[in-house]
Amino acid sequence: MNLFSETAIGDIREKQAAWEERELAAALGSRPEEKPAYETECGIPLKRVYTAADIADIPADELGFPGAYPFTRGAYPTMYRGRPWTIRQVAGFGNPEATNQRYKYMIQTGQTGLSTDFDLPTLLGLDSDDPRAFGEVGRVGVAIDTVDDVDRLFDGIDLEKISVSLTINPSAWVVYAMYVAVAARRGYDLHKLAGTLQADPLKEYVAQKEWIYPVRPAVRLLRDLIMYSAKATPKINPISLSGYHLSDVGGNALQEIAFIMAFTIAYCEEVTGAGMDIDDFAPRLSFFFISHQDFFEQICKFRAARRVYAKIMAQRFKARKPESMRLRVHVQTAAMSLTKVEHHNNLMRTAIQALGAVLGGCQSMHTNGLDEAFAIPTEEAMKLAIRTQQIIRDEINVTSVIDPLGGSYFIERLTRDMETEIWKLLDEVDERGGAVKLVEEGWFQQKLADSAYATFRKIDAGEKISVGVNRYVDETSRSAEVHIHPYDERCTQLQIDRLNAVRAGRDGARVRQLLNELAEQARSDEANLLPTTIEAVKAKATLGEICATLREVWGSYAEPMIV
Amino acid sequence: MNEASIKQASGDAAERNAMTGTIRVLVAKLGLDGHDRGAKVVARILRDAGMEVVYTGLYKSPDEVVAAAVQEDVDVIGVSLLSGSHVPLFRELGRCLREEKADHIFVVAGGVIPEQDYAALWDSGVDAIVPQEARAELIVTTIRNLIAARGRV
Repeated sequence: MNLFSETAIGDIREKQAAWEERELAAALGSRPEEKPAYETECGIPLKRVYTAADIADIPADELGFPGAYPFTRGAYPTMYRGRPWTIRQVAGFGNPEATNQRYKYMIQTGQTGLSTDFDLPTLLGLDSDDPRAFGEVGRVGVAIDTVDDVDRLFDGIDLEKISVSLTINPSAWVVYAMYVAVAARRGYDLHKLAGTLQADPLKEYVAQKEWIYPVRPAVRLLRDLIMYSAKATPKINPISLSGYHLSDVGGNALQEIAFIMAFTIAYCEEVTGAGMDIDDFAPRLSFFFISHQDFFEQICKFRAARRVYAKIMAQRFKARKPESMRLRVHVQTAAMSLTKVEHHNNLMRTAIQALGAVLGGCQSMHTNGLDEAFAIPTEEAMKLAIRTQQIIRDEINVTSVIDPLGGSYFIERLTRDMETEIWKLLDEVDERGGAVKLVEEGWFQQKLADSAYATFRKIDAGEKISVGVNRYVDETSRSAEVHIHPYDERCTQLQIDRLNAVRAGRDGARVRQLLNELAEQARSDEANLLPTTIEAVKAKATLGEICATLREVWGSYAEPMIV
Repeated sequence: MNEASIKQASGDAAERNAMTGTIRVLVAKLGLDGHDRGAKVVARILRDAGMEVVYTGLYKSPDEVVAAAVQEDVDVIGVSLLSGSHVPLFRELGRCLREEKADHIFVVAGGVIPEQDYAALWDSGVDAIVPQEARAELIVTTIRNLIAARGRV
């Protein structure tokens, strides 16, 4: 059934034709529009006005109701009336104690969930004393070498009470093992642990570019993690399918959603191929999208993504549980939109993007600090970022009505158009042999690099406006003095001292035996690597040792050179 | 080195370039920083401006970057860094260049580099720092001006 009767649509079309002939023609005659054509950031053409006639072809079932298939209007039946989105600011720097202190400050400021950024050596499976870690320890995130570091990171924080997101990728299964080991040591009920691992390997090869192993073993590690976590820690989301980074590296809104759905399909095929029922793990798949600058496009992106996902899970994977078809999303505002010039403007940019995420129906959010174009954010910048979300949540009454823009002629048309384009891209991925193969071939990488260059050209030509940078430039406000988050120079040595102490104090023979077992299990595709990894971290094997063990079995990844 | 030339140039071609004046640039990523969007965009900008560009790919150590720069006989190494580790990494890059007697090669820095760290980078032998919001023209003229001021070696 369609939303409007044929008679009503016919009437509107007649009246619109008359309006175009009279009022519109007169206005255009006296003053032409500023641009010959209008479009969204991802290139979908925009009309000057939308009417019921523009959505006459959309069946009412495509909208549905919140918390019901196809979830266009929201993930839950009560949305923010039942539970507001989680304010989840990511933080991580220096030694575990430094990040722990920041967490306590943010909880006190009103943050409702934790999120951890790790330093590059930890992400890439290197210990702090590895020569390749030179200059990087504790720099862009917290340094983790052993299970004791994870204990220090969450010191004094009740992990049964607060959900924790871990932005960890190629080494995710090791950090998960450490998290579980700490929870067990503290006597927590593992079934009560709530949180999310990022652990999305395919997007790493094409976007965030953190890798250790070749593509297929990395996907197998994710399979092991999903299957183990589903039973051992059923409230943990073992993966956050991260479109955010696809956008960050240059992808437009359509590429963000289509490519991440292609990766979702690949992962679901991997896990179901290993014998797990889709409904036993799909409810714990979670997503991470950007909220970028094109306000309505972004809102429609969230709505279209929910609908596409619901259809993939129901039609392609024959899921039966509604939870398997419900897309839950964490959102971060767009770091790419932030400028060093007049950096206070970043507060306004972030607030608008955050509002878009709320109108799009996000489940949790990180708002960027206004100083993130300089360095990782200061405490003061994080407080303003949290306040931004609190003002949207508590002062402006946008949370009382679910999907308040639903039914807007424009919003429904654009949601539908974006969905159509996403399906076209997904069909192309299928025709070309699927996501894993295309990642190996560099297909996604090329598409994203092309899109990044096109965006740069638009900015360079002044077609894409950046206030204060290429429009309304104020020469006097160019050199900003900002207080920058300081780096603790003692951080590296402390991590190295601790590593040495751990290595000296543990049962070395037991560690070697467990690492050998792990290598043996990695040689076949059959075993799940998590149980042995958990034993290894409990025996104080380091993150670098565990990752190196599998590198010896699987080798490293050779990047296809795409510019 | 695991790099791909955007334009292939053999040793002979490099000699011809020295005479014809085509500027050769190594676009490099140092350390563990995976942000390669900027580096790739800059590589295309320089190529479009008529320069010969070699891209190193990710995760290169300072000595690997210097070895590639010497082998490819480049005029300029352009390093994009967004990991906050620019001070120690450029210091090490400068040391490696001097050690290899290759400090005639210009070093241009870009990425997320706060003004307060500029002095440390100049001390390390960095010749120019390109701001984040730089337009294509600025990136190209920065490199051309460096070479015009001294000539190619």
